[in-house]
Amino acid sequence: MRSIAAAPHMLWAGLFIVVPLIIVLFFAFTDEDGAFSFENITSLADYGDIFLLSMELAVIATFICLIVGYPLAYIMAKAEPKKQKIFLMLLMLPMWTNLLIRTYSIMALLDDGGFINQLLGTDFHIIGTKGAVIFGMVYDFLPYMVLPIYTCISKIDKHMWEAASDLGCAPIQVMTKVIFPLSMSGVISGVTMVLVPSISTFYISQKLGGGTFELIGDVIERQFVSNCHNVGAAISLVMMILILISLGIMNKFGDTDNGGIIV
Amino acid sequence: MKKYLSRAYLILIFGILYIPIITLIFFSFNEANSIASFTGFSFRWYVELFRSPDTFIALRNTLILAVSSATLATIIGTAAAAGIYRMKSKLLKSTITTVTNIPMMNPDIVTGMSMMLFFVALVGILSIEYEDFGFFAMLIAHTTFCLPYVILSVLPRVQELGNSLSEAAMDLGCTPVQSFFKVELPNIMPGVLSGFLMAFTLSLDDFVISYFVGSSSFQTLPLLIYSMTKKKVTPDMYALSTLIIVTIFILLLVSNMRSGKQNAKKGAKK
Repeated sequence: MRSIAAAPHMLWAGLFIVVPLIIVLFFAFTDEDGAFSFENITSLADYGDIFLLSMELAVIATFICLIVGYPLAYIMAKAEPKKQKIFLMLLMLPMWTNLLIRTYSIMALLDDGGFINQLLGTDFHIIGTKGAVIFGMVYDFLPYMVLPIYTCISKIDKHMWEAASDLGCAPIQVMTKVIFPLSMSGVISGVTMVLVPSISTFYISQKLGGGTFELIGDVIERQFVSNCHNVGAAISLVMMILILISLGIMNKFGDTDNGGIIV
Repeated sequence: MKKYLSRAYLILIFGILYIPIITLIFFSFNEANSIASFTGFSFRWYVELFRSPDTFIALRNTLILAVSSATLATIIGTAAAAGIYRMKSKLLKSTITTVTNIPMMNPDIVTGMSMMLFFVALVGILSIEYEDFGFFAMLIAHTTFCLPYVILSVLPRVQELGNSLSEAAMDLGCTPVQSFFKVELPNIMPGVLSGFLMAFTLSLDDFVISYFVGSSSFQTLPLLIYSMTKKKVTPDMYALSTLIIVTIFILLLVSNMRSGKQNAKKGAKK
């Protein structure tokens, strides 16, 4: 009977998680007068290119984060405990700084009349390119990739390294056959923590995309600003379904025990 | 050789991470209204920032919201963790955890959108003005997305503690409520505290969900920063960001030093 303690939470979750999702479903399948229609869903075809572009940029950014972040996490985990603490702090500070501030600081740096161009006396045009948006995503979300991988690697028993090399593994084999598979759950939670916000971002593309192209997050935001709730709801619904499916697939690959998700 | 390589790599990556932040701090002291050329040192933008009442209102709102939503989420979440652990039906257990985790898995923009539509519908039913409802909408939204993190940090502690202590307490005459507050809660306190801190920082930092749910009657710091960055050059926003970064840095330093001391104590005991 003591499970009754969960009752307030069940009520809360039902009212504020489940009901809003049902309302999204309702808005996605009705027109402005509240009559049932498939119009919003069929109109999504117009946004197919934007969907693909968002996925492309998010996947590239996630991949770069993984390539750049894994060695960083590895070096951090192998450092002396005292140094590890300092590195962790250096990683946490940008992570805790608001995303808007970080994005804006890159914009100021890369802008046409920005600091880098002034300093070098050049006029590189960086803002408004795909590269700038990808760089912004990598810069903003890199700590989310490094932290779970770091946690995972530092939990691996030190004797694993010794055992693997005693049994005849070359250093590279130790890495590919032992350490990388063991850190897989960290990699998976890192990938999700970078991929999900990258796909749905609208601030990064607004600031670093320079208004030249739109991502799917921008479309949702624009529908919200112009009060077109129905189309916005339909896009949200599709995005949610896509992300839940890909999370499901990723969780099948590695048996995450939720250990890596939180610091 | 290997050592130098890894050191160079660390310097490179942390350098890239920090250059924009340092540039931003540097230009917050710029005399001119420019983010590219430094003309002279001045506190002009800080003075301007402190003159504007918006800053203080936003700061106050952010803190009120973070404290109240983290407290609410911690109370509901801790009770939920204790309850979920004792549930007999596996199906019910997994349903609850899945539903709870939805805001954690979903992109913020979808959570924000769904909450906004919900509040619009609610305001329509209750026939009140959305503006009057500003704080409560934010409180409900922030509590909802903080809840999974609280449960995730409390539930492992509850599982670790097990059932026997609180059952012993009840055998010795405690009511279930007494056994929770006198026996269980003190033991799971570290999890409860870290859940609270997690919720607090998430609420402080949230922009996307607040942007969708919020109204002009209740502005928080991230929303203020957003409206400041809509204009092209805004050094007062640099000053605000610098203050936020410095505050976070000090907090990190203090918490690090405290945990360092605790570790030293543990070491001495051994």
